[in-house]
Amino acid sequence: MSEQVVATEQDLLLSRFPEVVKPDERKGYDGYIVDSKALLDFAKTLRDDLGYDYLSSVTGVDYLPEGKMEVVYHAYKTTGGAPLVFKVQVPREKPVVPSLVSIYPGADFQEREAWDLLGIKFEGHPNLKRILMWEGFHGHPLRKDWHEPYYEEEHKPYKSRWPEGKAFRAEDRNPFGKNVDYPAGFDPAKWTPDISDALIYEGLGRIEKPHDDLPTEQIIVNLGPQHPSTHGVFRMVVTLDGETIVDLEPVMGYLHRNHEKIGERNTWLMNMPFTDRLDYLSPMSNNFGYALAVEKLLGVKPPERAEYIRVIMAELTRIQNHIFAIGMFLNDMGAFFTPSLYAIEERELILDVFEAVAGSRMMVNYFRFGGVARDIPEDVMQKIHDLAFERLPRRIDELDRYLTNSEIVRARGEGVGVLTAEQAIAYSTAGPVLRASGVPYDVRRAEPYGIYDRFDFDVAVRYHGDVYDRYLIRMDEVRQSIRIIQQALKQIPEGPIMTGKPQYQHRVPPGESYGRVEGPKGELGFYVVSNGKGNPWRYHVRAPSFINLTALAEMAKGHKVADIVVILGSIDIVLGEVDR
Amino acid sequence: MSTDDLNSPEYKDKIPEELQGTVAITTLDRIYNWGRRNSLWPMMFGLACCAIEMICTAAARFDFARFGMEVMRSSPRQADVMIVAGTVTKKMLPQVVRLYNQMADPKYVVAMGACASGGGPFKEGYNVVSGIDKYLPVDVYIPGCPPTPQALIYGLMKLQQKVDKQSIKEVYREAGKEIPIPVLGPDIMDPRDYDKIREYTLKKAEAEAQAATAAESAQSA
Ligand code: SF4
Repeated sequence: MSEQVVATEQDLLLSRFPEVVKPDERKGYDGYIVDSKALLDFAKTLRDDLGYDYLSSVTGVDYLPEGKMEVVYHAYKTTGGAPLVFKVQVPREKPVVPSLVSIYPGADFQEREAWDLLGIKFEGHPNLKRILMWEGFHGHPLRKDWHEPYYEEEHKPYKSRWPEGKAFRAEDRNPFGKNVDYPAGFDPAKWTPDISDALIYEGLGRIEKPHDDLPTEQIIVNLGPQHPSTHGVFRMVVTLDGETIVDLEPVMGYLHRNHEKIGERNTWLMNMPFTDRLDYLSPMSNNFGYALAVEKLLGVKPPERAEYIRVIMAELTRIQNHIFAIGMFLNDMGAFFTPSLYAIEERELILDVFEAVAGSRMMVNYFRFGGVARDIPEDVMQKIHDLAFERLPRRIDELDRYLTNSEIVRARGEGVGVLTAEQAIAYSTAGPVLRASGVPYDVRRAEPYGIYDRFDFDVAVRYHGDVYDRYLIRMDEVRQSIRIIQQALKQIPEGPIMTGKPQYQHRVPPGESYGRVEGPKGELGFYVVSNGKGNPWRYHVRAPSFINLTALAEMAKGHKVADIVVILGSIDIVLGEVDR
Repeated sequence: MSTDDLNSPEYKDKIPEELQGTVAITTLDRIYNWGRRNSLWPMMFGLACCAIEMICTAAARFDFARFGMEVMRSSPRQADVMIVAGTVTKKMLPQVVRLYNQMADPKYVVAMGACASGGGPFKEGYNVVSGIDKYLPVDVYIPGCPPTPQALIYGLMKLQQKVDKQSIKEVYREAGKEIPIPVLGPDIMDPRDYDKIREYTLKKAEAEAQAATAAESAQSA
């Protein structure tokens, strides 16, 4: 049945777009290659006629040897199912692609990122500026021929360190003793300072004469990057009319740690610990996503016990993430730190479990391709058991009792930061933000991975799309996660935890792969391309926190300035993932 | 705290017996530092993953309120110690330096974690500063990725020991001295390095021109 559906879909697309749309026939690749001229029509057909209403990921790949740049899109139906992948190829020297923002507004930040890091121009993009680096930075760093100041070799492990291990400090080779490099002929005295800010201020919307009878002035206010409510180093620039937000622009990149560039030099396995540091509040889920993506390419499957361990760990992660998010969210509402103390208390117990199995509280580096690194010891199993059956349900009820009907939470949450279902889909939001707007889309159900199809759980969904519902969704999800863990604990079999022998170096067959999981923040995807060598050719992270921010301006407009703090808290971002 | 800790050892015997435990004789340095070391207020300022461990240190289980450090201040004007908790990026660096400049003297910097100390796992990244000590004077380095809350507390206790040893004269010697704020150019630029940068880029341009002419002549030949 599904075979046939796919076939007709393909027929329809190929017959409607003869010549300009072709199936991608490279070995290990999937989807369609679309001529850039036809891209807009193609996307419109996908969205309007085929029901692919959710554009999940947009990214670019630099195929240096072929002299091509490729933009890769992953679209989904919000009713569930596999992705439809389509690509546009353009010459490297002149990479211009039409922008999809008019059809899928969620492409906004992702296209800006591709411009910033790869130098792909998106024609028709309303606001094509750099997003992670600053305006004026030299070059587009993810291009394969762009080298960073500390560049040593194309790929790790570097010869200089291995196997004879001649240690040196990268600083010692740099003329400045720092991680800097400047283009030839550059003169700092003639440098006009960074124009990013001016561009942002200019781009912000204003309303003409908001009050007929009052001569007022709209002011621009910067919140962040150092601000107690921004959950890290995030900045929002807002135009205010009195206290009311007229327009908002999120500014990010203050924690851009070059994850992808470093990831493309690393060996496949070396990236595992780096994924921990993406969304550092939910390392296990990050591991999960990356492991899935690479396992697809390798064609390995973890043994039963490992599958169960993965689920238990991923759900524990979700619980600790959500209760931490709730605690921090209450901080943002003004209940400073007391609710957080309750939340962190539970989180600590879960971190103890992580520490016991993985050796580190936060940076777990626990998953391996084809399994997990260590088995869960008997006493830790008992601990998880106690948590899942005794303590957590009780403590969640307690939190619920304290907070859910608290007047402050309701007054500041209800009707604030509303996102309708249509908007939520259009902006490609994911996770709790999407589900609080009435879209029951959860990757665990929509396209089950691992062994999620075996468990009995409900996809939490709420319908108001406001801040309060986003809070409630997290409560609901914690309960569902507990349910899943309880089932997993009952079913988990004995057995090995790894398929094959543990390996350091993996020979990954050439091809592309996209692994996605429902992380606590939303759909976390890893797009990897292998060229058969020991390192990924492309390693891209579809970061839910980052893409959820696309909708921030929409949610904030019209509310008071104090509300943005709460709205931002309700999205639950982690800067490590936003900026990567 | 008992007066014993406060007494200067050399005066201890001079206190009449009936007043021991009530009266302390001490030096100005000692009592001044005693006050400072027990109220080191950190700036509420987290950069990355390490900040989460810092939050945990402030929470119930580890609770650095026991050492007088729980008063996290969001304003640099009210803070004594900047815990650089996480990766410092080039884009964030001007703000970090500015925050440091805005802190009142005497001020301290703790580099928490591998990233703040030396760039950590992201050292080679093009947007990563390899250690905040390239720009700010660091008092305590705490290794770890992230350092556990215990390690952070240990680091802060080391800082207390440092405070104990300082004298008032020395503490304010550097007061009011500002660090030039780095500028975002094609790459991050330290204003103190401008001459060096110019020299470097000129040389680079020359080398490139030479290489170009060499290639040209090779082609024509
Ligand atoms: S030292 Fe490790 S935990 Fe701390 S900020 Fe750096 S990567 Fe994150």
